[in-house]
Amino acid sequence: MTPEFLIAAALILPLIIAAGIAVLGKFPNLREGVTIVGSFALFAVVVQLTMMVSAGQRPELFIGEAVPGLAFAFKLEPLGALFAVVASGLWIVNSFYSIGYMRGNRERNQTRFYICFALAICGAMGVAMSGNLFTLFVFYEVLTLSTYPLVAHKGDAAAQRGARIYLLTLLGTSIGFFLTAVMWTWALAGQNLDFVDGGLLANVAMSPVVASALLLLFVFGLGKAALMPFHFWLPNAMVAPTPVSALLHAVAVVKAGVFAVMKISVYIFGVDLMNATPSADFLIVVACVTIVLASLIAMTKDNLKARLAYSTIAQLAYVTLGALLATEAGMMGGSLQIAAHAAGKITLFMCAGAIYVATGLTNISDMKGLGRKMPIVFIAFFVASLSIIGIPPLAGAWPKYELMQGAVDAGMDWVLAVLIISSLLNIAYLLPIPILALMPVPGTKPPKEFKRPGGAPALTVAAPAFTAALCIFLFFMITPISNFLAPAFEAPGTLIEADLP
Amino acid sequence: MILESLLVSAPDWAIRHAPVLIPVVPLIMAPMLALSPSGRLSWILSMVATAASFYFALLTLGIVQSTPGGIIEYWIGNWYLIGIEFRVDALNAMILLLVSGMGFLASVFAWPTIVAEVEKQKISLFLSAFLLCFAGLCGVAATGDAFNLFVFIEISSLATYVLVAMGASRDRRALTSAFDYLIMGTLGASFYIIGVGFLYAATGTLNMAELAAQLPALSGNRSVQVGFAFIIVGLGLKAAMWPLHQWLPNAYGYSPSFVTMFLAATATKVALYAMIRWLFTIFNPEFPFEQAIFTFVLAPLGIAAMVVCSFQAVFQTDVRRMLAYSSVAQVGYMILGISIATTDGVSAGLLHLFNHALMKGALFMAIAGICINYKGTTIRDFAGLGRSAPLTMAAFAIAGLSLIGVPLTAGFISKLQLGYALFEHGWWWAVLLVVFSSFLAVFYIGRILQSVFFLPPANPRKSRKEAPLLLLVPLWILALANIYFGIDASFPAGLARDGAVAALGLEAFP
Repeated sequence: MTPEFLIAAALILPLIIAAGIAVLGKFPNLREGVTIVGSFALFAVVVQLTMMVSAGQRPELFIGEAVPGLAFAFKLEPLGALFAVVASGLWIVNSFYSIGYMRGNRERNQTRFYICFALAICGAMGVAMSGNLFTLFVFYEVLTLSTYPLVAHKGDAAAQRGARIYLLTLLGTSIGFFLTAVMWTWALAGQNLDFVDGGLLANVAMSPVVASALLLLFVFGLGKAALMPFHFWLPNAMVAPTPVSALLHAVAVVKAGVFAVMKISVYIFGVDLMNATPSADFLIVVACVTIVLASLIAMTKDNLKARLAYSTIAQLAYVTLGALLATEAGMMGGSLQIAAHAAGKITLFMCAGAIYVATGLTNISDMKGLGRKMPIVFIAFFVASLSIIGIPPLAGAWPKYELMQGAVDAGMDWVLAVLIISSLLNIAYLLPIPILALMPVPGTKPPKEFKRPGGAPALTVAAPAFTAALCIFLFFMITPISNFLAPAFEAPGTLIEADLP
Repeated sequence: MILESLLVSAPDWAIRHAPVLIPVVPLIMAPMLALSPSGRLSWILSMVATAASFYFALLTLGIVQSTPGGIIEYWIGNWYLIGIEFRVDALNAMILLLVSGMGFLASVFAWPTIVAEVEKQKISLFLSAFLLCFAGLCGVAATGDAFNLFVFIEISSLATYVLVAMGASRDRRALTSAFDYLIMGTLGASFYIIGVGFLYAATGTLNMAELAAQLPALSGNRSVQVGFAFIIVGLGLKAAMWPLHQWLPNAYGYSPSFVTMFLAATATKVALYAMIRWLFTIFNPEFPFEQAIFTFVLAPLGIAAMVVCSFQAVFQTDVRRMLAYSSVAQVGYMILGISIATTDGVSAGLLHLFNHALMKGALFMAIAGICINYKGTTIRDFAGLGRSAPLTMAAFAIAGLSLIGVPLTAGFISKLQLGYALFEHGWWWAVLLVVFSSFLAVFYIGRILQSVFFLPPANPRKSRKEAPLLLLVPLWILALANIYFGIDASFPAGLARDGAVAALGLEAFP
């Protein structure tokens, strides 16, 4: 199969799935069958594309131009391939989980839910494979709009309020800052928006002030990256059903934001220009503040999903930090964090959902001793927590290591302290949950009976267990993954070395 | 491609007289309609007339694109240099196509809404006034004579006052708003004719091309400068340029919904065209006094419109008035694009003009469809319509998103082009205001859409149902055009670029 065909397939498959779901809406089993089969097919397509990328190819697809200079073009490179694999792979797991959750919870409007989910995946694939800023922006907005009905799914006042904040923040930042930055880039680079190895703007003469302003617009404009002070939409989006929080607000949507930050710093700015841009230093401080502050806020939250949301904000800032450090190790760390955090956080959210389906509990303080009744869920939670904290042999260890390395390379030793403090804070807000659930202090009241007879549906337990195992597996896969990613960062890096006397 | 096959198949006389036939056909039809015994017959005739105009506009565009130099000169009655000239280049070919196309779509969907909103014995007269208005607008866009332009402005304006006043059967306030519009419109037209008088005194000609040839030598002449000021203010009134827009929200808010749709899609656009013609073709942006006008008058006024009227739109409770304020804001975008006075800027303004006709046409058409069953148009009245009229409201939503400038819609492309032109010109601060105004659009369109799709019906007893098929078809043509031109904008963007090139007098069709 040609690369063009595969890229087109990756973009069109989710649409076909959405159409299939719409047609089969009256037959729940067939409808879910479409989702499952479709997600496997999409994953197979993405894996094929990834093999091509790994072999050094860069699959491309050019559809056409809206106006001269604004093309719908797709080009897959290692970063995008990583994001696509993570999103499509976890979609399979999450689809099984969704079935258990949505049925176990007797949610309404399930057809709309699955359709919007498939459309959101289409948006994520488009973001991952975009070959220029214009395409990236278009699919970024597709992702925003298609997830709005998912956040508003419950339809009550709280859900509508959360969804409105979600939409206005994401649209506001993307139209207000990101679009401005895109137009500015278009004008600066002479009607060109392509992602170029080494940076599109690398050879454009512009003052540091312009570069600084542009970088600020880009980084704050990508509201999905949830960098403070544009983070508040994420806790508000937690009114969505848990599968949405798990896949979209821990993987696809938020990762689309940080992925775009990474992609822009590598392919629009390029390492040299990033290092020469003064506002990058300021943004590094903002990212560090986000990491620490979000972790501190997380400690105050008793609602499990809210705590996880703030944890996500902190962890996303790692990726932004890695991109802004603009060293090879930093960018590698940021990219690894995309995959590692995805596996960890989706596990945590799926556990939270399983607990909710079984018991109706949402507050951490009510979960003491619950581990006795739901051991698998809480063990998975424990493993994923360790991964988020960054303890070997779990996936989360590598990105932290690389980020520390990157900070040292960039000559910013104080970032090391931030990373270490962050890990300590992670321990403080994550580990007590599984530990108190599995080994309650003697004398705690035993938890109430399950609300749902039989406890959590099997699918909602199996899915987090699987992803928890994935956290361990990824730790040992680090060599192939980093070899796969290396070409994205190495090319400009070696150039710098060659320039040295 | 379609244009070429049209040209090949067209009869000889049609090609020879195409530019003048665009306004003449509806102009001749209008009195016939007034005499017609049945309303239905008038409606069919009005469709025929607008369709004929649309056909001739397509022909004209084809001829302009295939003529070297890109200009058609047509002397009425062959009175060369004495009589009236119709002069069509890429700029007015585009406007003619837009006006006649929107006029045709409007006349198709007119029937169900005017039956609902206009008294039966007045339907023929109503449609006759519509054709006069349409002919006037086409005439403004086609003529090459400064005084003739005034005549056509008056034809369309007088007809418009009648059309607006016809809304009185739904809401008596239509009468006062028609009167307001009459006063303001007459002021605008008078200012224009005073300006033309000054120029005539200085140059002794009324022909635009002749004026353009003579004016450079007279750019220091005080009466030329005064004439320029009068003309721009007069046309600014007609184009609803902030702060001369006070007539517009009322006129759009209380006139019959069919009239609102037609005016929103065409009237201000034609006045803006005339302004571009005067600013760039007849006068020259090189004139020192004109450069000052661009930077210190047009650009600030455009920006003020964008920001102030978007704010006003956010606080409206009536959907039609909200969209009317939004129209003034959108005119601000176009004026801002024009005020850059570069090819990129003018072409961005023209593209937005084209796209805005598509989106406002669709929005007001959807509202017209809703008004057939129930007259209320407050946001509360729109609650729950997403369930009872899904097709109408889906098209409304598409056009609304296009108005915001969401990617994959036409509005996005024109805003992007405007932003690009502003950056190229170094006005990065204006980009921030454009973006801010778009963000306000998210609010006001979002308020409507939220009410439509997420709130339960305000008054379940009122029957609100899907618009009739006759309205749904043109509505969806416009809605799909909004999407299509957001994905492949080569057609409108090409028209706009050619138009800008023609307006700025650079070499056409490189």
